[in-house]
Formats: sequence, C-alpha cells, structure tokens
Amino acid sequence: MSVEKTIKIRVVDTTLRDGSHSISHQYTAQQVREVARGLDEAGVEIIEITHGDGLGGSSIQYGFARESDEAKLKAAAGVVTRSKIAVLLLPGIGTREDLRMACACGVKVARIATHVTEANISEQHITLAKQMGLEVLCFLMMAHMADIPTMVEQARLMESYGADGVYVVDSAGAMLPDEVCQRVGALAENLKVQVGYHAHNNLGLAIGNSLAALKGGATLLDGSLRGMGAGAGNAMTEALVAVLHKLGYETGIDLYKLMDVGEQVVRPLMTRQPEIDNAALMLGYAGVYSSFLLHTFRAAEKYQLDPRDILIELGRRRTVGGQEDSILDVAAELAELPQHGAVVDSEKPGNRQTGNRLQKDSQAL
Amino acid sequence: MLKVKVAILGSGNIGTDLLLKLLRSPLLEPAIVAGVDETSAGLRLARDKGVRTSARGIIDILAAEEIAIVFDASGARAHLSHAPLLEKAGKVAIDLTPAAVGPYVIPCINLQEHLDKPNVNLITCGAQATVPMVWAVSQTAKVRYVEIISTISSRSAGLGTRQNIDEFTQTTARALELLGGAEHGKAIIILNPAEPPITMSNTIFALVEEADAAAIRASVQSMVGKIQSYVPGYRLKHPPEVDGDKVTIQIQVEGAGDYLPRYAGNLDIMTSAAVAAGEAFARRPILQEGATR
Repeated sequence: MSVEKTIKIRVVDTTLRDGSHSISHQYTAQQVREVARGLDEAGVEIIEITHGDGLGGSSIQYGFARESDEAKLKAAAGVVTRSKIAVLLLPGIGTREDLRMACACGVKVARIATHVTEANISEQHITLAKQMGLEVLCFLMMAHMADIPTMVEQARLMESYGADGVYVVDSAGAMLPDEVCQRVGALAENLKVQVGYHAHNNLGLAIGNSLAALKGGATLLDGSLRGMGAGAGNAMTEALVAVLHKLGYETGIDLYKLMDVGEQVVRPLMTRQPEIDNAALMLGYAGVYSSFLLHTFRAAEKYQLDPRDILIELGRRRTVGGQEDSILDVAAELAELPQHGAVVDSEKPGNRQTGNRLQKDSQAL
Repeated sequence: MLKVKVAILGSGNIGTDLLLKLLRSPLLEPAIVAGVDETSAGLRLARDKGVRTSARGIIDILAAEEIAIVFDASGARAHLSHAPLLEKAGKVAIDLTPAAVGPYVIPCINLQEHLDKPNVNLITCGAQATVPMVWAVSQTAKVRYVEIISTISSRSAGLGTRQNIDEFTQTTARALELLGGAEHGKAIIILNPAEPPITMSNTIFALVEEADAAAIRASVQSMVGKIQSYVPGYRLKHPPEVDGDKVTIQIQVEGAGDYLPRYAGNLDIMTSAAVAAGEAFARRPILQEGATR
C-alpha cells in the first residue's frame, strides 16, 4: 500500500455512542465526563455521544439509557477544551427537536444516518444542522446491502442536501477489504466532500477494513476505545491510531494518552468485552445489523433458541437497522414451530427451516 | 339508505385506491374525482369507471351542489387552502393529508364524537394502525408510556412522507396520547427496502400499571375485530404478550390490493379509514335528506 505521508486522517471516537451498545446504554454522566476528558486530552478531534441508536434512541425498542442524551452531552461539554462533540441522529427515531437540544448543549458535529437506500429521509435534518452551523457527516448504514451505483446515488443526495462528508457504514461488519476499498473509492471518486468508513469487527476485519478504506480514499475513520460497540465492536481506536501512525499518517492524537484512557478509564467500566463470539460472527456472516446482538441473546434465552438461528432468519428477511422488534417476531415464530418429529407443514418442508434450531421449550411461551 | 354523493380531491395513488373502495360502498357514490392533470393515470381510471373527472382542482367540486362529502388526498399545503372553501360550501371534509385542520379521528375510537364537525383528519397511517391497540389496553389499565414502531416498505413511502418524517413521528406520538390514552407516547418509523416488499408491520410496547393479562388480551382482541370490519387485512401476529408491567402487541396490516399492492397496508388503512368515516357521515339524517335530491 502506498502511503501519502502528508495526509491527515480525522479519527472520530464513538466509544460514547456506538460503544454504549456494549453496556446496554448504561453510561453515567460521570463516566461520560471521564472518557470525554481523556479523549480531549489525547487530542481526538471528534467525540460522538448519544444513545447507541442516536438522539431519541432511549426506548423499549432499543433499550432505555441510564442518562438522557442531554445530560450526557452537557457532562461532556463541560470538560472538553479542544475536541468537538458529535451526535448521531437516525431520521425516523430522532427529530429536529432533538438536534436543536444537542446544538444548545454545544454540539459541533451532526452525524445523520439512514439505511443505504433511504437517503431522502435525511433532508430536513441535514438542512437544519447546516442552518445551525454544524458540520454534517452522513452515514449510509448497512452499505453492503446496496449495489455501488445505488450507494453513490444515495450519497449524492446527502451531498446535495448539504452534507460535509459521507460514510460507508458497515453496520453488519459484513464487508471484506476489497469491497470496502471499492465502495469508499466509488464515493471518493463521485463526491466533492470527504468520505469516511465505519467498521464493525464481526468478521475480525475492523482494522484491516479501515486500512482498505484509506486505500480507497477515506479521510474519516471511526474507532472506539477498547473496541467497544455493537456486535463484536468497532475498530479499536487505540489500535487504529497506532496503525495509522506506523503508516506515517497524521492524526493529531497522542497515542500514549489515548491508550491510557482506554485502559484506565474505559476498561474498568466495561461489563462485557466485545468479542467475536459465535453470534457476533454470524452477524457479519449473515449481514445483520450489529446492534441486534444483545437483543437477540435476550430473545434466544426467553424462547430457548439458538441465537444463530434468529440471526440467520433476520438476515434472510433483509431486516434493516432499527428493526429490533423483528427479533421478537422472528423468535416467537421460530418458537412456535413444531418440535422435531411433530407434523410440520409437510407440503412445503423447506419453507420454514432456518438452520439447526435447538430444541425449544414450549413452556417458554 | 340512500347513497350520498362524494368527491375525491387528488388523483394520485391514495385518491385512486380510495375511488375503487368507494365504488363498492353501499352508502357513498363517488361523483367527481378531481386532480390537476387530465392525462394522469388516476383520472383516466376514474373515467374508465364512468366517474366524472376534473383537472381543475377543487373548482368543479365546489360548484357541484350535490356533493356532500369531499375526501382530500391532495397534500397538506393544498388542504390548508381547501378546508375553508369546503366549509363555506357546506361540504364535509375528510382529510387524508397531515394538515390536521380538523380533529384527529380514528373510526373505531372517536368518529361518533365528531360527526357534527365540518372537517376531520385521519392523522397518519401509523396512528390508524396502532392507536386503537393503545386505546384497547388503556381501557383495562393505566398506560404510563407507549412506544410504537411502524415498519413499512420503502416502495410504499412517498416523497411527502420522506421529506416530512419528523411530522410522522411527532403527530403519531401525539395521537397515542390524545386518542390512545397514554400518558406519554413515542413513535418510530422504519423504512425497509427489501424485495419483494414487506407488509406493513407495527409493534406496540406499553408500560402499564396493574396489568390484567386476560383483560388486556380480551380488550385487544375485541378491538382487532372492530378494525377488521373496515380493514380486513388487519391482524395480530402473535397473541398480545404481558410481561410484568410491559405489554407487547405485534400487528400486520395487509392491504386489500385495490389499486395499491397488498403490502402497502399503511396506505390501505388510510383509504379504508376514510371510507369508514365517510359512511358514518352518510348515515346522518341531514346527509340522507340531501341525498334524496
């Protein structure tokens, strides 16, 4: 890989947003303050903070957060000196009202995210964010689900609404390096604005794919301390920055300080180390939204199912980000299937098979 | 009963699906379909069905004295100007746009209270599909919080909905409180581009006080029956689940497949609710007297 030494890579840390999935959105204001202070001291330019599903994400559907977005944003705003605070907003979940609140808390960057084919639901939010003077970085989520021309067309829509950058977001951690390079390259070639990449480590490729994104022309990369994040987590910010420095890129980040925040502040608060367990691997393999992981574990336990069967069925149904309720629907349907040996819809034997489902306990219903 | 003459404003997908439903109504007779483009597919289909058409917007409808009820499926901005004209002309307006000039109405909940109003609004598809479930639960227990997730196929979401997605979530949330009886409501909308398109799905999560599972199930079941009387494709996916103070209801709305495809239950429930509202108005003696002319 040829490296242009002068290129500055903007690293966005999402420990306090995507990372909140890893602890079921239970950050306290004090934890937010400490992590934000550490990231600020380490020189991270942009720190993303909200519920894992963005502004307004606190819900039964996605899990109630311990602290409101507003409380967390204010906590961080009180300690950062150089870093810019970013918020995530998914139109359909968060609204412009939430964005106004965030702006009043001192947020400087809005990340507006839609499914890769639905960019035109973001116009009103991008327009408002620009009017309020925010930098707007847009997400095309589940980017692996659309062909490249469609993805480019959708990115152009976001650019036309005023986006300052567009990300290829590998929400399912399903992409392989060549694909990342092609997708990012297609955006870099066709857009005038910056291009970014957001990884999930479900196939163990988060750092490698981030490098492939650099090769494709990305100048914005997302990471999370200790790799916290939905599914098997994001690209670990400490490792990402170390790799970037080794390659000779500028990040403006003090690696030692960054590592210290990860090990001394973040690791002690983690309740679960993101890892590529069987279910997380299946997210990447089946192309399922990473945030579904913990919800799937809960549904699998409730209905006595193998989480992998639920995930495969969710992939088969081409579910998109935000459809956490479909996990309950799928689990209930799988649990309603007759046990082995019972009479199954015998005319269409292949129809309802979804994998090697474990024996269910019908009393779970 | 005599058929009351009605008009449809707007000859797009919604207006055209509504026309096909009205042609089956024993109480309503579509007399005019008005659009803005003489060559549009909607106006052509209306002519094929022998219904008078107009490409001059509301003008010919206002001039037609025999029209008692006007369904407005044009757009929110247009309805704001149509509403006062229709009221002045003494015509009942059933508003399928998000303009919300008149009170929010859901046929199986509060229609009877508003049959004396000149204008009623059908809120959003998400509200038509989910508020009745919340209302059913709130008949048996105090609903502290309710959250609904409407998942619709990308193909069934028009540009108007897409450019005003906040209005969908905010209006639906308000209806969950005002009509559903929840203390606090939240709405989420998800667009899914899967092919073949998915059928409209809704999940209702409610946090209640002193949940009586049997009473909740019975109330929900009875409400499902009421909705099915005007939206035949409305069904529970699973029996309502009561887990401590949390109630989970998952429903699917399949359309009748009149003009719009069956997966577009979100659009069908609006046109079906419009017909149900129109028929309720048509039964009123005052409109029946007019119908004899």
